[in-house]
Amino acid sequence: MTGVLRVLRSVLLTLGLPAVILLAWWFTSAGSTTFYNPPLSAILGTFRETWFSAPLGESRLAVDVVPSVLRLLAGYGIALVAGIALGVAIGSSRALRAFAEPVLEFFRAIPPPVLVPVLMLFLGIGDTMKIVVIAIGCLWPVLLNTVEGVRGLDPVLRDTARAYRLGLVATLRHLVLRGASPQIVTGARQALSIGIILMVISEMFAAKDGLGFSIVQFQRGFAIPEMWSGVILLGVVGVLLSLVFRAVSHAVLRWYLGYRQSQHGGA
Amino acid sequence: MSSPANVADRPVDDHPGGARLEVRNLRKVYTGRGEPVEAVADLTFEVRPGELVCVVGPSGAGKTTLLRCLAGLLPATSGDVSLGGAPITGPPPGMAVVLQEYGRSLFPWMSVAQNVELPLKEKRVPKARRAELVDETLAAVGLADVAGSYPWQLSGGMQQRVAIARAVAYEPQVLLMDEPFAAVDAQTRFELEDLVRTLWKRLGITVVFVTHDIDEAIYLGERVLVLSARPTVVLEDVAVGLGADRDQLETRGDAEFARLRTHVYELVQQAKQGVRSLADAHLTHPADTPPRAGA
Ligand SMILES: Nc1ncnc2c1ncn2[C@@H]1O[C@H](COP(=O)(O)OP(=O)(O)OP(=O)(O)O)[C@@H](O)[C@H]1O
Ligand SMILES: [Mg+2]
Repeated sequence: MTGVLRVLRSVLLTLGLPAVILLAWWFTSAGSTTFYNPPLSAILGTFRETWFSAPLGESRLAVDVVPSVLRLLAGYGIALVAGIALGVAIGSSRALRAFAEPVLEFFRAIPPPVLVPVLMLFLGIGDTMKIVVIAIGCLWPVLLNTVEGVRGLDPVLRDTARAYRLGLVATLRHLVLRGASPQIVTGARQALSIGIILMVISEMFAAKDGLGFSIVQFQRGFAIPEMWSGVILLGVVGVLLSLVFRAVSHAVLRWYLGYRQSQHGGA
Repeated sequence: MSSPANVADRPVDDHPGGARLEVRNLRKVYTGRGEPVEAVADLTFEVRPGELVCVVGPSGAGKTTLLRCLAGLLPATSGDVSLGGAPITGPPPGMAVVLQEYGRSLFPWMSVAQNVELPLKEKRVPKARRAELVDETLAAVGLADVAGSYPWQLSGGMQQRVAIARAVAYEPQVLLMDEPFAAVDAQTRFELEDLVRTLWKRLGITVVFVTHDIDEAIYLGERVLVLSARPTVVLEDVAVGLGADRDQLETRGDAEFARLRTHVYELVQQAKQGVRSLADAHLTHPADTPPRAGA
């Protein structure tokens, strides 16, 4: 019984505020005749036909949203692999750290959207440019957090791994990556939100397709309800991605919650 | 990872179970931020294959430093440490270590059983045998029922027993232990002491056992190495003539046990006061003349 109540409570807590906001939007915009602020009912009315029109293969969902998300995943994936690999190397070696740190600080200070016009010169406006922009933007949080995580590994654990002669692969797999995983996940989470922003921005400058491209196109064509529906869809995509992220990170860090609690003397 | 072709992958000694440990003029100075600290001044001793030697000394004497040098975890400043004739420059094969920070030496993302199993996997022990060893050793330290728990779900004493089980399951030729029973209650401690003696006798392994507990050192050891305060030298290498079979009640009630205990106690007291050689020590109970019964 209490279990059911608790679930109910958490569902209410999670969905409560979004519901209130949607209702408020719905009613305050209900009678709106302002061109730029159409009623929510009108926006939701165009939602289906705008994104999920008849042959699904030719709908905007397939033509615009899917390529956007694929570019995001490609850039994000590259950033994860490169960031973790470089981060482990830099975090493990004091010499490499001293060598790389000033450069890292410099590049980190550059806001990634600035890269779009620069990279357009070299890579054009195709998929490659967008994937590279996303990858570069996502790289820094993953890289810097991985470095911190690897540096923070308990030296006693390192000694233990050494004393029992764990090989390079086993040390990486069972000590370094697992031990740094809390920080790696933190970096990956920051990177995901940066990646979504860059996915949209890279399409707003110049593109042939994409979610950001569609929104700009609607805005330029004064298709205002359609534009709003794109913004909502973007939010939904973000929420879905972060739900997937939550599930994955929860599985990776299952040990960590209890461990942290035990370290703070809690039960 | 960092051990070149020195001791690696060659048979350590002709002794069946254990291997010979030699320490010659070992000196260790910690350099780093601030003043250099001379932890170990000059240590020379030998542990014969299959011998169980205990090391006692005041806190901060350099016992852990010595043990880490033996384990190949810490490079010596000068002098030699060798195992079975081969110099130790990195952790040698066939050696298991129980570190003083036992709690932090367990991987918090692995279950108790996985912690014990990991070094065995790395040693390429077949799966079935691994499971057997994990079960056996966890049962031997009384932790069979928490095999699936994470280490941080256990008490300090239980964590310490996991670290011991991991070392024992490894079936080493040399076992180094740094105050392994510091966090367990007296009753468990007696049981674990007997477990170490039993395993040592059964496997014929070489054991170096660091402790601050004088009674424990005498009860366990064939020899007790008494260290001076920092910078460390050997104050005395005390032979323990208590025989091979020891019993918590009888051995500890033995007159020879009492004599050794008094003697080692006095030595450690003198060491604390800065005495650095046996000649300078003022002992009220001379070592070589056992006191009369009842004294
Ligand atoms: N990494 C280090 N850097 C500098 N000094 C150190 C370092 N580790 C230990 N020392 C110093 O070396 C000396 C010996 O330390 P060690 O840990 O070996 O003593 P110990 O005999 O094991 O003490 P305890 O019985 O308290 O465990 C101490 O004075 C300590 O301060
Ligand atoms: Mg110590």
